[in-house]
Amino acid sequence: MHELGIVFSIIKQVDGVAREHNAASVKEVTLEIGEVSGVVPKYLSDCWKWAVDNRSEFMKGCELRIIPIMAKTYCESCEKTYETVKFGKICPYCKSEKTYLLTGNETYIKDIKVT
Amino acid sequence: MSEVKVIEIKKSIFNANEIDADNLRKELKKKKIFLLNLMSSPGAGKTTTLIKLINNLKADYRIAVMEADIDSDVDAIKILEGTGVKAIQLHTGGMCHLDAEMTKQGLDNLNLDIDLVILENVGNLVCPAEFDTGACKNMMILSVPEGDDKPLKYPLMFQVCDIVAINKIDCMELFDFSLERVEKYIKQRNEKATIYPICAKDGRGISELADKIRQEIKEWRE
Repeated sequence: MHELGIVFSIIKQVDGVAREHNAASVKEVTLEIGEVSGVVPKYLSDCWKWAVDNRSEFMKGCELRIIPIMAKTYCESCEKTYETVKFGKICPYCKSEKTYLLTGNETYIKDIKVT
Repeated sequence: MSEVKVIEIKKSIFNANEIDADNLRKELKKKKIFLLNLMSSPGAGKTTTLIKLINNLKADYRIAVMEADIDSDVDAIKILEGTGVKAIQLHTGGMCHLDAEMTKQGLDNLNLDIDLVILENVGNLVCPAEFDTGACKNMMILSVPEGDDKPLKYPLMFQVCDIVAINKIDCMELFDFSLERVEKYIKQRNEKATIYPICAKDGRGISELADKIRQEIKEWRE
């Protein structure tokens, strides 16, 4: 359950931003979460409601919106791009190990809606 | 009803923790304290390895240990009995990892007249890897019975570790464990990781690992 720790970390940041902007409350938080970031959206949502109602100054009842980002890997050897979740670290086209992740590791707070 | 306004943030969800961690590292650098974050699965031999390491290093450095567990103080007692070195127990209160703020709180409870602090993180290969504790270096122990394919299954843990100790090498044959294979998988994830095969039980490889830590401490203080 590292998601609970992550939710606390989000609350800390969002509360800080809300205070800076003299906001009365935060209505919605939008995250961008990569497919292979290790953060599971369902678990985030599960502890979100409890955490925002109990651990935040500005976020009572705040909605969570998650934009999933597909994981893609680039192969340096054959210069092709492929789906990371399907094929992993080794390139399915040329079997090279010289590959790196293009997208899918994102764990961003994109924006928040405040009143 | 008041107007709704959108504020762009575009920052990592780990940002708050990463700032805390960087601040802690700066403070440690100033005080010339080396903080080593030690991670592994439950039962990989963290505490046994620690006792052997501390006994090798304690003549050269003033050492303290912070034990992070969900509950209990069995590890803190084992460290004290096995080495004479003071260990404090941090309870994460059900959380599966330590973050930089918890680590800082633990450090504040230690006498800071110290050269080396070893943080024994919660036994888990997933969550501790995601939260920077503010440590100067990360080390993990992979034990032979867990299998040589673990770097493939828990890539992030191997990506964040500077030092990987392969423990329980006395039972490699039993578990069909290949050092060559595990090294290949680790290097696929993290080219810079240094790998040390050890057996905490009989002490094999411990002095090489201790020398690596000596070297890291020296570089940290420069």
